[in-house]
This record gives sequence, C-alpha cells and structure tokens, in this order.
Amino acid sequence: MKLGIRARFALALAGLAGYVVAGAGLLGLGVWSSADAVDQGVLTRTLAEQAAFLVVGGVLYVAGLALFLGRIFAAYVVPLRRLAADTRLITAANPGHRLESGRPQELAALVDAVNELAGEYQAAREAADTRSAADRAALEADRNRLAALMSELSVAVLVCNVEGQILLYNAAARELLSADPAGRAAVGLGRSIFGLIDRELFGHAVDRIQAAAGAFHAATTGPGDLLLRVRMTPVGGETGGYVLTLEDVTRRAEAGHRRDAALRALSEGTRAPVAAIRAAIESILDYPDMAVGERERFAEIIREETLRLSDHVERTLAGGSGYLTDRWQLDDVRGADVLTTVARSVRTVQGVTVAIRAPAEEQWLEVDTYPIAQAVTDLVRLLHAEQGVTAVEFCLGDADGHAAFDLRWPADAADRNPEDTVRRWSSEPRVGGLLERHDGEAWFAVDHHGPYVRILLPWSRTPPVAGSPVPPALTRTPSRPEFYDFDLFRAVPAGTAYDDRRLDELAYTVFDTETTGLEPSQGDEIISIGAARIVNGRLLLQETYEQLVDPGRSVPAASQRIHGITPAMLTGQPAIDDVLPDFERFAQGSVLVGHNVAFDLKFLALKEASSGVRLSQPVLDTLLLSPVAHPDHADHSLEAIAGRLGVRVLGRHTALGDALLTGEIFVRLIPLLADRGITTLGEARVAVRRTHQARISATLYKKY
Amino acid sequence: MSHRVLIVDDEPNIVTSLEFLMRRAGHDTAIATDGDQALTAVATFHPHLVLLDVMLPHRDGFQVCQQLRADGWTDLKIVMLTAKGREAEVAKGLAVGADAYVTKPFSTRELVDQVAALLAGDA
Repeated sequence: MKLGIRARFALALAGLAGYVVAGAGLLGLGVWSSADAVDQGVLTRTLAEQAAFLVVGGVLYVAGLALFLGRIFAAYVVPLRRLAADTRLITAANPGHRLESGRPQELAALVDAVNELAGEYQAAREAADTRSAADRAALEADRNRLAALMSELSVAVLVCNVEGQILLYNAAARELLSADPAGRAAVGLGRSIFGLIDRELFGHAVDRIQAAAGAFHAATTGPGDLLLRVRMTPVGGETGGYVLTLEDVTRRAEAGHRRDAALRALSEGTRAPVAAIRAAIESILDYPDMAVGERERFAEIIREETLRLSDHVERTLAGGSGYLTDRWQLDDVRGADVLTTVARSVRTVQGVTVAIRAPAEEQWLEVDTYPIAQAVTDLVRLLHAEQGVTAVEFCLGDADGHAAFDLRWPADAADRNPEDTVRRWSSEPRVGGLLERHDGEAWFAVDHHGPYVRILLPWSRTPPVAGSPVPPALTRTPSRPEFYDFDLFRAVPAGTAYDDRRLDELAYTVFDTETTGLEPSQGDEIISIGAARIVNGRLLLQETYEQLVDPGRSVPAASQRIHGITPAMLTGQPAIDDVLPDFERFAQGSVLVGHNVAFDLKFLALKEASSGVRLSQPVLDTLLLSPVAHPDHADHSLEAIAGRLGVRVLGRHTALGDALLTGEIFVRLIPLLADRGITTLGEARVAVRRTHQARISATLYKKY
Repeated sequence: MSHRVLIVDDEPNIVTSLEFLMRRAGHDTAIATDGDQALTAVATFHPHLVLLDVMLPHRDGFQVCQQLRADGWTDLKIVMLTAKGREAEVAKGLAVGADAYVTKPFSTRELVDQVAALLAGDA
C-alpha cells in the first residue's frame, strides 16, 4: 500500500534521527576502544554525571533537525505537490488556469516555466479546438437544420433509440405532452419513452414493425387523459431507433361522440312522436266511422306530437350543432394570422395592392385558413379582372357573434356591378362548400366607407387561453433549444448495473433546495427546489425544474436574507407532499447530484412517510468529489471549486441557480476524475468514501 | 274469437291509438305504463298478447319480457315496440323471448295484421 505523504515524512525523520544517534554511538565506541582502563573509568563517570545533559542535548539536536526538515518539506514538497495538481488541472479541465508564483523563490522559476508552457498549451489547444470546432460546426449545422425543421413542424415528433430513450423531440411534442406534470417530466432527452407510451404497446409496435417492416399505428391515452394517435416508423441504419409522430385526437374523438349522440337523439327521439302521429292519422283514415269525440282526441294527439317533434329537432340541433357538420375539424387560428395568411396569398395577384387593418386585440377564429386564402384570392382576381379593383384592404370585426372578415376597396366612380361578380364567386361549388363547412355566409354591400364583401366565419368556441403556447409554426426561437441528442443512439444496454456505468454516459439530476433554516429535525422546511438534468455530459438548460413550496410555517428573516424568498412569494404554492412526486418524476432514472447533498437529503428523508416519495437512486456529492479530484486544496465550497474549474458563478442562492452551478462543476469534475482512473459510478463512490475517511481522520489528528 | 291484449307503454298518445286499434280488432285491452305494472297486469289480466314498449320506467321491456318467460308465460305472445331500432336490439329482443319486434313508427295496419296472425297461430 502506498504511504501517505505525512507518513513518509515521519519515516524519513525517524531514519535521520537513527542515523545521527548511530553516528554519535560509533564515535563514542571509537573513543572508548582507544582509551585505557583509567580513562575508561573517567569516561564512565563523566558520562554518568552528564547523562541528562547528553540526552536533552541529543533530543534538542534531533528536534532542531526535524524542525528544519519540516520547514523545507512545507516550503518545497507541499507546494510542489500542489503545483503538480494545478498543472493537471490546466490540462484536464481549465486551460485558462495559471499557477500562483509565491515563495519559495527557488520554485518561482519552475512556476514561470509551467505557466509559460500552459500559455502555449492553451493557445495550441484553442487552435485545435477552433479547427475541430469548424468540423463540428458543419456537422452541428446539419443537425441544427434537422432540429430546426423538426421544431417548426406542427406535428409532434419524438425519436427514440431501440432502448426507448428519447433522443429528439420537437416543440410540438413538448407542448402536446406538457398537459400535466407527469407528461412534462416525461419529455426529456435521455428519458424513457415509457413515461409516455405504455411499454407493452411499444413492444407490440416493435414486433409488428419487424414483422411487416413498415409503420405502426395505434391509439393510446397519453398524459392528462389525452387521446393520442401514435405512428411509429423505424429509423434505418445500424444504430436503429424509431420515429414517433403523435397526434392529439381527443377533440376529434370527443366530436365524434357528440356527433353520434346528436344523431342518435335525432333518430331515436323522432321515432316515438312520429309513431304516435302516424298511428293517430292512420286510425282516423282507416276508421272513418269513428266517433266525433274519438276523432277530436286523435287530432289533439297529432298536434301535441307535432309540436313535441319540432321542439325536439330544434333542441338536438342546437346542442349538437357544429358536430353534425365537419366544423369540428377546423383549427383555432389567431385573427391576425388569418389576415396575414390571406394577404400573403392575395399579393400573388398582379396589379392589386393589399393592406391589412390589424385587429386591436387577440381574437381566435375556427377556420381552415388555407382554402379561405385561396377563395379570397380568387375573389380578388375576379374583382380585379371584371371590376378594375386595384387596391384591397382586409379587416376583421364582430357581427352579431360571428367573425366578419371584410374585403374593402375604394369606391369607383365608374359604377360597374361588383354584386354580380361576388354572387358568381360565392355560388361556385368550391366557395359554397367552404362557407357551408364554416357555417358561414358571404355577401356584397356598400356602406359609407364604400363597397365591401363580408365573409362571416365562426369565432373560436374554445379560444386557447391567453399566454398559451403559440403554434410552433409561428414561433421563432433565436437560440436553438436542446431538443435533441443523437449521441443517445448508442444507447447503453438497459440492465447494466449503475455502478458499472461510465460517469460520462449516465444521466444525472443536479438539484438544490432552499430551506427555512438548517435544522430539519427542529421543524425547518424546504421552501424551494431547483433541478436540472445532465445527459451525455451536457447540462440541459431546457430541461429544468423549479418549484417554490409553501412550508406551512414562518420563514425566519435570517434565512430570507440568504435566499431572498419572502412569505408572500410562498402563499398559494403547493405543499412539499404535493411537490415531491413531481420532483421524483423529474429525477426518475437518473443519478442524483448535489453540493453537500446530505443536507438536502436529510430534509427529503423526513418527508418520505408523508409524501410517499422515497428517492432510491444513487447519489453523488460535489463537496465530496472535489477533494478526490483536488486532494491538496482545502477549500471545497461551491465558489472555490467554481473558481478553480473556471465556472462563472451566477444566480447563487436560488435553488435552480445553485443546481445549475453544481451541474457545471460536476460536468467538469468528470474528466478530472477520469485522470485519476475514476471512470465509473462505482469507482467514484469508492474514491469518495476513501477520501472522505482520510479527511475525517486528518481532522481528528489535527484536533488531538 | 276475442282475445285479451295488454298494452304497455309510458306515452299516453301512442297508448290511445294502440288501444283504439286493438278494440276495433275486437280484443279486450288493458294498459300498463311501466315495467312493474306490466308484470302485475299479466298476472291479473291473463292476456293472450302483450304490446310491450322497450323504453319503460323502472324495468325496461327486455327485462319484462325475460321475466315473463322465466315466470312460465310461454304461450303468451309478446310484440316488442321500440323507438331505437338498432339491429342488435332486434336480435336482443328476439333472444329474450319476444315473438315479434316492431320499430316505431309503424304502419297501424301491419301491426293489426301481425297481432292477428300471432293470435291466430295461438288459437
């Protein structure tokens, strides 16, 4: 076993002391053997008389020597070791790091030399990085183009590898599946798709695809009671994987049910009254000899049932309207977007200028935009050709609960007959069908502003709530979000034990909590949880978790000064027992990472019984990993590690800010650990335990 | 010969016509307006034939029909009337023991003829 540096120093010191004592003894032996009996007697006496002096003198001599050697050790050996560690830091983690030149002066030259070398290394590495960055950028550009394409698709797309790990999703998929917390937690790079789709169904689909070598379709319920239609197709190539497109058919299915119900009500509800009417009238006609009273009674029945019938038809149609036509297939579209789309199409008509009067507030229509744009373009083309219209303006308003899409043009002195043109246009089957499908109408009119064509369209019955996501086709995200990670195609086979998994391949959840104080056993509570995920060595800024928690108690002013969370911010927030299941879902299938994570875990452990959440995955602590990577540094606070590893410290003392900082640090610790031969989770855990114990015993020795 | 016909329907307007038609065909009639009444009426009135609506309060026509057959009314002719008329329901009605299944609205003359035919078979 390798001895520690202090043990080696002590051993060297003991050897030196032994050497000195042995030298003195040898000298004494020489003097003794050359003396005669009288002198030997004198020597014996003198030695006996001066024994105390000799012993003390010897000890002092050795002590002085030890002190001197200790100084040399402290001045040269310890700094040398730190120099070695810092130099390794430059090559492994932070090329911008430089050694501190200080005492002793003899080492300053070495420090300068190393720093000079570091400068050249940094420059060379940056040059190499730039070169490989260019190569990578080309590849990235391709990938980004694909990702951009995906994110613009209004269809929800997920790509997973053969193990069912998600390696790409687009904005539409995230939006679709984020209907409830479970779905929100389930969409993420490296996450298992089985959080979204039943494992059995996936297996069945894989079998079917392999058998038929084609796409597989199925309907399944998704998060938040969504009814999803899933289409799954295999990805070619040796790596394999599947592309899944998801479609929310909840509304369509519901519309189908309602339409069926309306049709059933119409058919069944009309049979009984019609039966009564028919029986009555046939009785009257077939039995002309019936008594007057009887005849009157039958006439009364006919009137009653006729009224009942018409009433029933009215009510059924009112309740099921919109479902009996195919209006339910129309999309909710912003009014402004309808105007823009129509205007864009109309601009293709030569010789006509187009203007839009934008609506003042957000309005939603229920329309099929494209055919409307086509129809309006046809109309403008006709108006231009037959009526000489050269400028049109579109605006949108309300007319008795309908959306009024108005097409206006300046009054023309040479009064021709636009009404006829408009009538011919609206009687075209294509336009007629379109209007019918929208339960709409179109007509020509003139008011004090001039001539116009009004097209009535339906307002949205269930307008998307304000602040709801803009349809992906209209979103333009300036920075490309991390929606994909194709490196996941090389999936680690499921079933590999955690301890054998490589540190740079594992998925992690870095998290941090803010609390009312430091003593969970004394009633302190969590008031905020922040977390982020690390997949394939990448901290995913798009997949974070942040939740304030109502602690059900006061928040001491002292702690408010640290985290800045006031009681007012916590009112109305969920309780910890409701938050932890969400957090558990977010952290599912990953290794937990925190800084001084024992503190956070203590709070979580106390909530196991009440929340039913028991986090069973492995845990790593950057506070304990840092000494493994840097045994010669004493300060392992978050700031100190961040400084050493060149991580910018931002947003400290918010749960998410600290979690992200911890994540950045952890990602940079992984290669440093690899330098020390620590590449798997199991090795990291062993190293942490050993270093931790060594530090505890070192602290004990210092104390006693 | 005269037969006894029990009319079971909860809608008085159709009952009026059915009662009129059956009387004119020379039958004695009795009326029940729900499933429970229908069972009692069969026990007291001993009809030869029941015009039994499917949609009844308390106990629907299928249950009444099944109960009657289970109670041993095997010679009793049962004509079920329904406003639903799905094919599966016709099958169900015949399966639980109905002799005929008539969908509303129906031709009065055909109904009268069908009742006559069933009763003739009985006689």
